[in-house]
Amino acid sequence: MFPAIPNPTTEKSAARFGDKDLMRRSASTVTPPAKRQTEVAKLIDVSKCIGCKACQTACLEWNQLKEEVGVNVGVYDNPHDLTPNSWTLMRYTEYENPESGNLEWLIRKDGCMHCEDPGCLKACPSPGAIVQYSNGIVDFVKENCIGCGYCVKGCPFNIPRISRADHKAYKCTLCSDRVAVGQGPACQKACPTQAIVFGTKDEMKTWAAKRIADLKSRGFDKAGLYDPPGVQGTHVMYVLHHADTPQLYAGLPENPRISPIVEAWKGVGKYAGLALIGLTAAAGVIHHLLQGPNRVTPEDEENAEKLAEGGKS
Amino acid sequence: MSTHDDGSGAHLRVRRYSGSARINHWIVAISFVLLLLSGLSLFHPSLFWLSTMFGGGATVRWLHPWIGVVLVIAFLGLFLRFFAQNLPERTDWIWLARIRYVLKGNDEYLPEIGKYNAGQKFVFWSQSVLVAVLFITGLGLWEPGLAYVEGLFGFKATITQLRMAALIHAGAAVLAITIWIVHVYAAIWVRGTISAMTRGFVTGGWGWRHHRKWLRKEVGEGEVERPRVTPAE
Ligand code: HEM
Ligand code: SF4
Ligand code: SF4
Repeated sequence: MFPAIPNPTTEKSAARFGDKDLMRRSASTVTPPAKRQTEVAKLIDVSKCIGCKACQTACLEWNQLKEEVGVNVGVYDNPHDLTPNSWTLMRYTEYENPESGNLEWLIRKDGCMHCEDPGCLKACPSPGAIVQYSNGIVDFVKENCIGCGYCVKGCPFNIPRISRADHKAYKCTLCSDRVAVGQGPACQKACPTQAIVFGTKDEMKTWAAKRIADLKSRGFDKAGLYDPPGVQGTHVMYVLHHADTPQLYAGLPENPRISPIVEAWKGVGKYAGLALIGLTAAAGVIHHLLQGPNRVTPEDEENAEKLAEGGKS
Repeated sequence: MSTHDDGSGAHLRVRRYSGSARINHWIVAISFVLLLLSGLSLFHPSLFWLSTMFGGGATVRWLHPWIGVVLVIAFLGLFLRFFAQNLPERTDWIWLARIRYVLKGNDEYLPEIGKYNAGQKFVFWSQSVLVAVLFITGLGLWEPGLAYVEGLFGFKATITQLRMAALIHAGAAVLAITIWIVHVYAAIWVRGTISAMTRGFVTGGWGWRHHRKWLRKEVGEGEVERPRVTPAE
């Protein structure tokens, strides 16, 4: 058992992190705080998940969201994809293990990974619509979001969803409001098997190491931690029985990173573009200063008159 | 402004654009400037303040694509009107080879030019291509527009395609803005040009100096107006 997070006191307490702890703010430059808060993380142990969807329900409940009644197409995934209301989703994969001959039911809780290097934030054009706190939480700030969908293009995990109702982007907040008062995320609290645990990132890594050792002792010699270095690690991590092939788990990317296309678009592209526009305008000004206007001369007018005379007769 | 700067006054007046062509051009010009301002507001954080001119970023998000639709329709009108006169011809290469005389304003060393010189043709064709590219990639960035097109043609754009759309849209916008600067600058630098778009006329001297072949044709067809004797009428 991972020690349960104690219930909060009924006394009012100040939020444990806020604007002063911003490491990054979309379309803005911030000076990161001198001292970083302890990084938090959520660990999802896929091998312990029984697919009960308590976490999914807890997420809707805590965040006061309602999902539309969908259609059954013969799979367990419900809804069929993340939506502006479903910030987390159990994805079910039936996998026939060629080595053991066993049918394995791989159930992965999908949702925002709270990347250390968040592509969503990098792509966002609206100042302050996406923020990253020094404890690692990446949060969307609704008031500043313009609904452009750039974050969707920036995210390597296909997470943000734009609401058709209010044209704002939504995704898992890692229950930043609960973490701010010393609680774990609602999904973690609801999980009956401790497949979801929450704590500092170091605690989670230590706990994961134990779980991985246990899985290895049971024959899953490829068991491992999913904390992808391509995005400098995440604040939602998985314990996978087949860590060598994360794609097995409903297409979890093997080596996620901010797409080079997005890097080019939001990086050098911007400066090259602004430079080209600026230089062209400057070239115009300089040319005019050096060359002076290209004026029609009185002779030109006379020649035209003559031509017209000739043409008329 | 001297009398050389506009199509009125004592000089010969040559009709260059009909009223409908000018209205068409102004719709393109205004929508282009609005697209440029609204687009640039999302292009770089240092320009986000431009979005306040439109009532904020959220308005830009939906307004920009709709202005784009206006631009595309209006631009198509200009394209159909002007493309025949923008086909390349031999003098274009001579003009290009003598580009330094162009830049010096030494029009006397240039061949006689028809309605458009090679520079104007370059602006015409490059903007035609860029507007098409901006429209297609813009659709990829426009949630409702994309959903509509996907439904229409029964496909689903991949995330890589959408990322490419963003990159190409931004790149094409930069090129279009750069060429637009050249276009506007040329109209200002070559005095007497603006009146072609404001009032539809240029002076005979302007035609003689910059587009002599075109002037000869207009004269031949009797498309020139004698100077008016009384300025007030
Ligand atoms: C022709 C039709 C066009 C369509 C349908 C279109 C659509 C879009 C869309 C959907 C976006 C994303 C932001 C948003 O949702 O508003 C966008 C961004 C942008 N557009 Fe357009 N657009 C068009 C034409 C143009 C033109 C002519 C220009 C330039 C003069 C332009 C410049 C830009 C720029 C600079 C951006 C920001 C790109 C970035 O963030 O890197 N667009 N456009
Ligand atoms: S839709 Fe995404 S990228 Fe656009 S402003 Fe909102 S959070 Fe930022
Ligand atoms: S998973 Fe996607 S939405 Fe979440 S922090 Fe990373 S890039 Fe942003």
